[in-house]
Amino acid sequence: MFTAAAENLLQQAREIQDEELGRFCTGVSKLLQEAPGPATVDALQRLFLIVSATKYPRRLEKSCVDLLQTTLCQPSCPEQLQVLCAAILREMSPSDSLTLSCEHAQNTQQLSLVASVLLAQLLPLSLKRAHSCLPGKPPQALLKAKSGLKVWAAQVTFLGTRDRGIGAAVPFPDVSRANAMLLGVLGTGGGSARERTWVTGKGDRRQEVRSVGQRICTVLESRQLDGSSPRPLLPIVSKVVGLAPDTLQSDHTDLLSKRLVDWLRYASVQQGPPHSGGFFSTPRARQPGPITEVDGAVASDFFTVLSTGQHFTEDQWLNVQAFSLLRAWLLHSGPVDPGSPGTDDKSELEGSTLSVLSAASTASRLLPPRERLREVAFEYCQRLLEQSNRRALRKGDSDLQKACVVEAVLVVDVLCRQEPSFLYRALSCLKALHAQLGTDEGSERALLALAQFFLNHGEAAVVGADAVYQRLFTRLPAEHFHSPVLAFDMVRFCVDNLGLFPSPLLGLLKSSFPNLFKLLAWHSAPLTSEFVALLPGLVDASLAVEMLHALLDLPCLTAALDLQLRNSATPSDRPLWDTSLRTPSCLEAFRNPQFQGLFQHLLRTKASGSVERLTPLHQLLQPMTSCARVVQCAQAVPTLLHAFFAAVTQFADGALTNQLALLILERSDSVYQVAGFEARVHRVLSGQLLALCQHKPALVVELARELLGVGGSVSSIRSHGSVLTCVVWAVGEYLSVACDRRCTVEQINKFFEALEALLFEVTQSRPSADLPRCPPQVITGLMTTLTKLASRSQDLIPRVSLFLSKMRTLTQNPAPGFAHQEEGTEAIRTRATELLTLLKMPSVAQFVFTPSADVCHPRYHRDTNTALPLALRTVSRLVEKEAGQPG
Amino acid sequence: MVHAFLIHTLRSPNVEDRSLCRVLYSCVFGAEKSPGDPRPHGAERDRILRKEQILAVARQVQSMCQLQQQASGRPLTDLQLQSSDEPVSLHDAPHGAFRLAPGDPFQVSRTVVWLGVFSLGFALVLDAHENLLLAESTLRLLARLLIDHLRLLAPGTSLLLRADRIEGILTRFLPHGQLLFLNDQFVQGLEKEFIAAWPR
Repeated sequence: MFTAAAENLLQQAREIQDEELGRFCTGVSKLLQEAPGPATVDALQRLFLIVSATKYPRRLEKSCVDLLQTTLCQPSCPEQLQVLCAAILREMSPSDSLTLSCEHAQNTQQLSLVASVLLAQLLPLSLKRAHSCLPGKPPQALLKAKSGLKVWAAQVTFLGTRDRGIGAAVPFPDVSRANAMLLGVLGTGGGSARERTWVTGKGDRRQEVRSVGQRICTVLESRQLDGSSPRPLLPIVSKVVGLAPDTLQSDHTDLLSKRLVDWLRYASVQQGPPHSGGFFSTPRARQPGPITEVDGAVASDFFTVLSTGQHFTEDQWLNVQAFSLLRAWLLHSGPVDPGSPGTDDKSELEGSTLSVLSAASTASRLLPPRERLREVAFEYCQRLLEQSNRRALRKGDSDLQKACVVEAVLVVDVLCRQEPSFLYRALSCLKALHAQLGTDEGSERALLALAQFFLNHGEAAVVGADAVYQRLFTRLPAEHFHSPVLAFDMVRFCVDNLGLFPSPLLGLLKSSFPNLFKLLAWHSAPLTSEFVALLPGLVDASLAVEMLHALLDLPCLTAALDLQLRNSATPSDRPLWDTSLRTPSCLEAFRNPQFQGLFQHLLRTKASGSVERLTPLHQLLQPMTSCARVVQCAQAVPTLLHAFFAAVTQFADGALTNQLALLILERSDSVYQVAGFEARVHRVLSGQLLALCQHKPALVVELARELLGVGGSVSSIRSHGSVLTCVVWAVGEYLSVACDRRCTVEQINKFFEALEALLFEVTQSRPSADLPRCPPQVITGLMTTLTKLASRSQDLIPRVSLFLSKMRTLTQNPAPGFAHQEEGTEAIRTRATELLTLLKMPSVAQFVFTPSADVCHPRYHRDTNTALPLALRTVSRLVEKEAGQPG
Repeated sequence: MVHAFLIHTLRSPNVEDRSLCRVLYSCVFGAEKSPGDPRPHGAERDRILRKEQILAVARQVQSMCQLQQQASGRPLTDLQLQSSDEPVSLHDAPHGAFRLAPGDPFQVSRTVVWLGVFSLGFALVLDAHENLLLAESTLRLLARLLIDHLRLLAPGTSLLLRADRIEGILTRFLPHGQLLFLNDQFVQGLEKEFIAAWPR
């Protein structure tokens, strides 16, 4: 709960002045030197708030910072104070007054807190550290450089590891490459942004991370810090390998792998003892029994995260931790190091107690630690999959089962990538898993992991994969589109793997686009950016037209999905739709057999290859346009249209370009009437229409009839909006022999007459209610286009000149129907004057209005003897002369 | 791994500016270095950057949550309406996930899983390939624990001066940003351990 009082507190904490803070710190220091009590806790809580509430650095007295560090490492300090000290130090980070080190920690819990502070640091790189980081001797060129440059050099030496992914431990990176790059950067004082990022990358903090990692490993190895459990340390290991993959040495890696094997496979199968010492505890009454499965049965095999009991032993806790970090660890220790297998064998013999105890039973136990861990990890996953079939007694356990299935598949995937010999065993158990998967949302999530597995092992795992893909693309979006995280997960899967899909599967993905669009239609806010990335992979020539229709109908799809949910809901269901909106007429329409076909088309799961006009639905679903989800979706459509066209124009051939232009003309007057949607769509479509024309100028001649249909009708002003302006402009620009040899004088005349009539109608006619006011852009566009056409068919020049001078008069004494804003009138007058002047010299006019293709070459503009500059100068002189003459 | 955990406001009590977003608590597990800044004040700038990254996430969660609430026709109800004794059902709470593109605001691509409980937003910033199902249930668990043990929904309580409890819960249930596979009994065990260390 956040109240005004809390807001005040936050403000106070932010605005505290240095002086007051100094006094406060002195108070805190005093309290920290006394025996801990509620006052100390309270003071530290306030100090935490002061430090954390602002993004600007807080300077605390050094004595206070030192005391915080001492308190953190005191053996008898209560946990409450320890976590606060650690949190304050972490919030202050990066800080240079820190003297904390892992060595100071007295037990593993403290070590964990100290590590959390250290890992949050970004200490400025000290020279000593920089040198200790350097593998071997630094190159001569660098030695000559000033000390500051040495620092850079140290950082540069790490760049070799930067982009090799997790696990690629490269102790000796390519120094010469680094050197060359460093010199390059220094020499030019810049270098590309990417290079600079690279050079100054993680260098300085690796040492910090490395020392934490090594300390943890030493503790785990030697069991220093007696009496405290290694439980708090394991998560640090995965953090460390995540931050800096190459920090652990191979003997540490092996040691940890061995430990993980013990914890994963050999945790106790008896329950832990109940906590002793309680007043009511009766030790005899509670004998720890065997662990159980989630359904209450006695465990049939080794302990896993899905085994339960009343109390747990230490190694059972570690089992949980070990499985939690298993995938990250496997990825880290993944690539086989061609180092020294001999030492591995030897160290195996002196492994931990449990390994020795169970040493001789199977051959697999003699494997080197890394391989042994993989073997055990596989068995663990198999057991988890088997345990997931049990009926959990508790909701929490049932959720965990589903998360475990996902994780098990992901781990098996990693294992098979690292060691293909697992593949055979993996396939049989994953196929069985697919057959057993439930149909609720949580269970279906495993499908994504399964699909990822089959995708990664495509060539080996053909059989069985199809069923997974089919279910994934056909059923999942259709049935679970309303789940926000599943939708995100599904789309993320598609985006991330777009480049990996083999061609038959890519076909399936593409043809499932209507299904994927359901996710987008329902969750437009979080998924729009994902689909912008996905669209280029989804669209191809055969689908482009259908997809463009689908994108334009996306808000309509949102409405239909809403109705689908409403229609199929049982009273007990939690409503997923806007219950404040009641739309009985829409629901009736949804159930009406007459419209079944249209709704089915809208809600299809696969591309149909055909196009249905959904205009009747637009009207029927009009009440749904007030639904916020529909409005949100409509707001996302322009962005998606841009992404669609950007992708399509990459490959569109002449025929497809025509089809798309035609579709723009057709659909401009038939979109779902959500507030503001039509205008936004028109803006995008008009721009794209021009781009298509530019891409293929002959389009104007080929689609002459359709363009005439739009441009020749006064109703287009309302129905086509800004698309009309672009149609008019495109006709003027591209209806010429220069663009297409098939262009005839008759065609030009026909267009001229139609547009002339339109201009006449919008400027001369009396004002009427059913005629929208014509925007000045359309009028100036029409005038320009008419002039352009006249310049190409010079018989028309007298007609257009007459018209233009009429227009000029009209702007001076506007007729009632011709009431534009002052600005608009002014623009029209100026344009009319300019055009008239140009038409006085027909050959210049033709030249200016229909320049040759050379106009794109720079020479055309630079060379004073070539035509356009010359022509423009002539014209401007003429215009000036004209403007100077009265009347 | 989880890169960061944060609690922030979804609706400011400030009537003039409802869209104001306040981060009430955040914890970044391990650091991410800002690119290419060898200047002496790099450390301070890094801290500012880190704080701004968190705020950027909070703002996005806030708007995602508002859009989702709008879309489902449920206005963000105010908290006082809810009696603090009733357990809240987090399964009905608005939740979702979205991706942060590389460079905006973190260097690498990350995923955010979020949960809105009345006027508070809870969010986990995850590394790219984390198990989302586990992250979701962990976030629900954390929210539930924080609500229970900090009595967040009781009128007049604030989490601002109770960082120790939040830290105590995080060190157990999300140690160093490690998502844990905890079954019901493990959760209960950890919760008991926490209650023993933090008597009410």
